[in-house]
Amino acid sequence: MAMRVLVGCKRVIDYAVKIRVKPDKTGVVTEGVKHSLNPFDEIAVEEAVRLKEKKLASEVIAVSCGPPPCQETLRTALAMGVDRGIHVEIGGKDYETLQPIHVSKILAKLAQEEKVDLIILGKQAIDDDANQTAQMTAAVLDWPQGVFASKIEKMDGTLKIQREVDGGVEYVEAKLPAVISSDLRLNEPRYATLPNIMKAKKKQIAKKSISDLGVDITPRVEVLTVEDPPVREAGAKVESVEELLTKLKDLGRI
Amino acid sequence: MALLFKRGILSQLLLRGRQLTTKLSTKGMPEACLTCANESRYSGSWGYRRIHTSKFLSTTIELTYKRLPELKRGPYAEVTQKDIEYFETILGKGGVITDKDELEGYNIDWYKTCKGCSSVLLRPRTTEEVSKLLSYCNEQSLAVCPQGGNTGLVGGSVPVFDEIIMSTSLMNEVFDLDQMSGVLGCQAGCVLEVLEKYVGERNYMLPVDLGAKGSCQIGGIVSTNAGGLRLVRYGSLHGNVIGVEAVLPNGNIVDCMSHVRKDNTGYDLKQFFIGSEGTLGVVTKVALLCHPTPSAITVAFIACPTFEAVLKTFRSCREKLSEVLSAFEMMDGATMEAIEQNVSLRNPIGLSPFYVLIETVGSEQEHDEEKLASFLETAMENNIVTDGTMSSDPGHVRELWDVRERAAEALLHDGYVYSYDLSLPSKAYYHIVPVMKDRLGSKVKRCAGYGHVGDGNLHLNITTQDYDPEVIKLIEPFVYDWTTKNGGSISAEHGMGIKRCPYLSLAKSPNSIKLMKDLKALIDPKCILNPYKVFPYEVNSFSEF
Repeated sequence: MAMRVLVGCKRVIDYAVKIRVKPDKTGVVTEGVKHSLNPFDEIAVEEAVRLKEKKLASEVIAVSCGPPPCQETLRTALAMGVDRGIHVEIGGKDYETLQPIHVSKILAKLAQEEKVDLIILGKQAIDDDANQTAQMTAAVLDWPQGVFASKIEKMDGTLKIQREVDGGVEYVEAKLPAVISSDLRLNEPRYATLPNIMKAKKKQIAKKSISDLGVDITPRVEVLTVEDPPVREAGAKVESVEELLTKLKDLGRI
Repeated sequence: MALLFKRGILSQLLLRGRQLTTKLSTKGMPEACLTCANESRYSGSWGYRRIHTSKFLSTTIELTYKRLPELKRGPYAEVTQKDIEYFETILGKGGVITDKDELEGYNIDWYKTCKGCSSVLLRPRTTEEVSKLLSYCNEQSLAVCPQGGNTGLVGGSVPVFDEIIMSTSLMNEVFDLDQMSGVLGCQAGCVLEVLEKYVGERNYMLPVDLGAKGSCQIGGIVSTNAGGLRLVRYGSLHGNVIGVEAVLPNGNIVDCMSHVRKDNTGYDLKQFFIGSEGTLGVVTKVALLCHPTPSAITVAFIACPTFEAVLKTFRSCREKLSEVLSAFEMMDGATMEAIEQNVSLRNPIGLSPFYVLIETVGSEQEHDEEKLASFLETAMENNIVTDGTMSSDPGHVRELWDVRERAAEALLHDGYVYSYDLSLPSKAYYHIVPVMKDRLGSKVKRCAGYGHVGDGNLHLNITTQDYDPEVIKLIEPFVYDWTTKNGGSISAEHGMGIKRCPYLSLAKSPNSIKLMKDLKALIDPKCILNPYKVFPYEVNSFSEF
């Protein structure tokens, strides 16, 4: 039986853009900066679309939480082959303090509403590098999870997931419904073709609000400051081994 | 990278060692050249040890003067210990390099097809140092080869015999960027990518962009009047360089550094240095006109079924996209094959005989995207475009540009590249590629064409595993004759260097060549600056000495 799949699409600052810290140290500059679909989410979308092409998935729904520009992010996913999108509109201060704990509850609620069998998320977002949403979503739903997935195989009522772990590669079998987070080597996302980019404009994006879903997004974490890493100091050249040892001793390193 | 070639090269090196015996007369040859020649002879055993370094390929590269036996060394002095000591008083010990191993890289061009035997590398930091050095060399009749990033593709940046290499690499100070006018002032040795970053942080962009930006220096770019990827929109360097400071062969400093756009006071001397490939002076400072960074950059990578379709697309682009069009690049199936095989980049779309990269640049993202999207929709309906993708995400834009920008590198990995940079009228633009393919048949690995369709500039690249003199004979002068017959230029942007200079008479009239020669003789009477380049060898016969 074909699965119904939900994918998470986070709108983040494009990976090719240079990040600048705000002078007031409250965060990074996002105004006027190019944003795009989180690269790991792109991999998640690609995997879902491939499942659909293999007829293992019947419908793929993309979800994005945030201000109106998130709809562009959803259009990218739609252009890759996703069937429809859901934009959970969250703006202003609420969006600034949105955390994985909140997003996981939102995704869980939507998964239940849409009667989804599989949730594929990116393993982490390139802005916060949290790597929490997939795990938390699985916990909220009490579903099995296969995170850092580098290969997904559909078996009878279960999924065989190949995971990249510190020691090498691990295989996990999870009963459906399940949550998966995509790792870099899961696939290489396609470039959306022009005909699909045109078609995507006509695909449906439903709007939902936080109150519709009844999720509490009160912040639990407060960001104190955001600062640049310390500037790299110039190295010093030494002429001999003796000088090296003297310098190291002076610095208290030996 | 050494490992990649290990298996193939090892057998070739051992063979070389036995084959290399110099039949060339060594009478009158400077010591430096003889040492080089001797080392090549022993490349069999010496080369084997060198496999594990990144410079292993140098042992298989033939010395230029051996490959061109008709070329005679000019009446220059040889570098002596006294000269080295003098250089050291000007530059300090660190500014004078005489170590053989260190010099290897500077003696060989980027394509690994030309190798000189210079024994001295000078690295000045200021214009004054350049002036003192050139003045001395002029007095002592020592030949000098100016060198920037050494990314030139016609062998113009490396010595032929034992010319002293003068590198601008340490002259890398950026002075300032005028935020109102966009004028950037800097020394000649600034790497293009560094300048790009500098102006980028101040919301400006450079008028010139090249695939070699990670290594090429602005002085060299100006000296060769490089074209690059943005010419279709911003024009050539003759318009974008508004100031130049150069040092003449006799050491005189010519300061034409201007910070104002319009200056009609007397002859526009800076134009002499733009494109003269370091034969009239060493460029030491540049003032470049930059443009505000556009807020919207969109790239489309599309497939066209035939070359006629490419031309129709270009024509249509010009009309429909007009003010936002900033680049229109083409590559053929053979180039894409090389890119996929040799640099492991994937084809962004499906297989096609021709690929085109279109870039639009403007101030309103949505407006530009819509314009481009609707243009492409129409093109697809008319079947001049069969497939494609487009994006304004900076990450995707960079990835798509990468596919085009790494074409030269990809073809280089085939082994040996015979590269031709032709300007052709649009009707004849691509025809040379199938013509050469037929002519060369199975003697070559690949016959590829890519380039700036927008400027009528085709890069014809033919590859073989190793240098093959038979192949060169089949290509030259046929390709130059064909180009001239079809009303094109034999060197659109790469310059003459040493590879094209025998064909100067195909490109310019006798009176033009005479005027060039007279100018050269006036500015460089001893012909010490970058000799053997630009002019055909017979002009370099030094009969005036």
